[in-house]
Amino acid sequence: MKLEELRFGTELLKRGFASMQKGGVIMDVVNAEQASIAEDAGAVAVMALERVPAEIRKAGGVARMADPARITEIMDAVSIPVMAKVRIGHFVEAQVLESLGVDMIDESEVLTPADEQFHIDKSLFSVPFVCGARDLGEALRRIDEGAAMIRTKGEAGTGNVVEAVRHMRNIMGEIRALQGKSTQEMMDRAREIEAPAGLVLDVAKRGRLPVVNFSAGGIATPSDAAMMMQLGADGVFVGSGIFLSQNPQQMAKAIVEAVNHYDDPRTIADVSRNLGEAMKGLDIHLLKPDEVLQTRGR
Amino acid sequence: MGVRIGVLDLQGDVSEHIGAFRQALAEAGLLEGSDVITVRRAEQIPACDGLVIPGGESTTISKLIDKNRMRGPLEEFQGGIFATCAGLIVMAKDVPDPRVRSLGLLDIDVERNAFGRQKDSFEADLPIKGLDSPFHAVFIRAPVISRVGEGVEVLATVDGAPVAVRQGKHLGLSFHPELSGDTRVHRLFLSGL
Repeated sequence: MKLEELRFGTELLKRGFASMQKGGVIMDVVNAEQASIAEDAGAVAVMALERVPAEIRKAGGVARMADPARITEIMDAVSIPVMAKVRIGHFVEAQVLESLGVDMIDESEVLTPADEQFHIDKSLFSVPFVCGARDLGEALRRIDEGAAMIRTKGEAGTGNVVEAVRHMRNIMGEIRALQGKSTQEMMDRAREIEAPAGLVLDVAKRGRLPVVNFSAGGIATPSDAAMMMQLGADGVFVGSGIFLSQNPQQMAKAIVEAVNHYDDPRTIADVSRNLGEAMKGLDIHLLKPDEVLQTRGR
Repeated sequence: MGVRIGVLDLQGDVSEHIGAFRQALAEAGLLEGSDVITVRRAEQIPACDGLVIPGGESTTISKLIDKNRMRGPLEEFQGGIFATCAGLIVMAKDVPDPRVRSLGLLDIDVERNAFGRQKDSFEADLPIKGLDSPFHAVFIRAPVISRVGEGVEVLATVDGAPVAVRQGKHLGLSFHPELSGDTRVHRLFLSGL
């Protein structure tokens, strides 16, 4: 077996990488110290950022890819995979992250979109991508563009799980609704949700998305994380919820354990004891239309 | 005679392993009377004939083994253990990285992420001892085995480095046979139980 006979960057390797994250917690971090805390708590990966989403909301202005120096600092600090975000449609930010060697790119609505018409053609990259989705059609359009992993969008930086729940229920419900349909009805449904027919048939056959589907956008407590798992998530992203809580270290460990024991309320109760304050949340209904992140990209 | 295979359900690609073992049991004509279960509690371990430690993140899996008090039952387990990627790291005697507390059930040392990051992940057709043609192997941020003890048989290598070993009933693999749709490595494990 010689190294020159190897194949890199294939679809199987991209989706396989995402599969290895299942049952895990991916945590937003902004420096090497936070990354080490996350790794030590049992995170399966970290998302390297300039600011966590709640701080991005506060800062306003155009939110862009993080400074490469910050991303490499975090890559050097931990042994687990490091992900980083690019603006929707910003394929050059993606090229830059690929050149840095990040393990997965998040084409994210948390940053200010760079293209309101097109998402990145992710099939052109050898690095795997994760993308947000609010419903089945959006998830399948992203998969068709080459996403190796989906995360439900929720509403990032709010510490409010309500939108994460809405989006997970949407996708799971739409998949269940496909099950009883004839092929002809599924083709019709594919046109309605603007998704490729082949992918709709594939989802109906599997009874799930063909890639891993995590939950994101508003998870702030161990119970939030466990609820998303019970609703069918393969794992969770926790953004502002850890490092904006009173005891990040304890909160990080508690969420990892709650995801591991998502169907055991006694363990969730145990890990939730004396955790201190979770991040201060936002009422979704008080957000102004231009403060809503989930409607970015379609 | 059926067998019971338990897949450690702590973190990682658990459902892929369950699917692959069900298929392997069917192809080996062993499905009748056999079952493949998820193992989430330490008490389930002794009742299995074979265990799987799946791919995932070795730092996370090794922490959760301790949190779930599975270290003792795993050390005392009499059956075979099928360990892939993160599982291989967890099974090793020594991992030169304090972030992983390994079990020491295979007399090998393992180097994590030995090929590099995700960009260095690869697929290759790998000749494996005991299989009559190469196996399509998927390596994802894969480890390699840096030391092999006596009584450990090397089944495959990449560029000279061992990536598949057998010790007694245990199989340890750097790659992910559960992802390639070919169950020959799973059947090799079943035949050794």
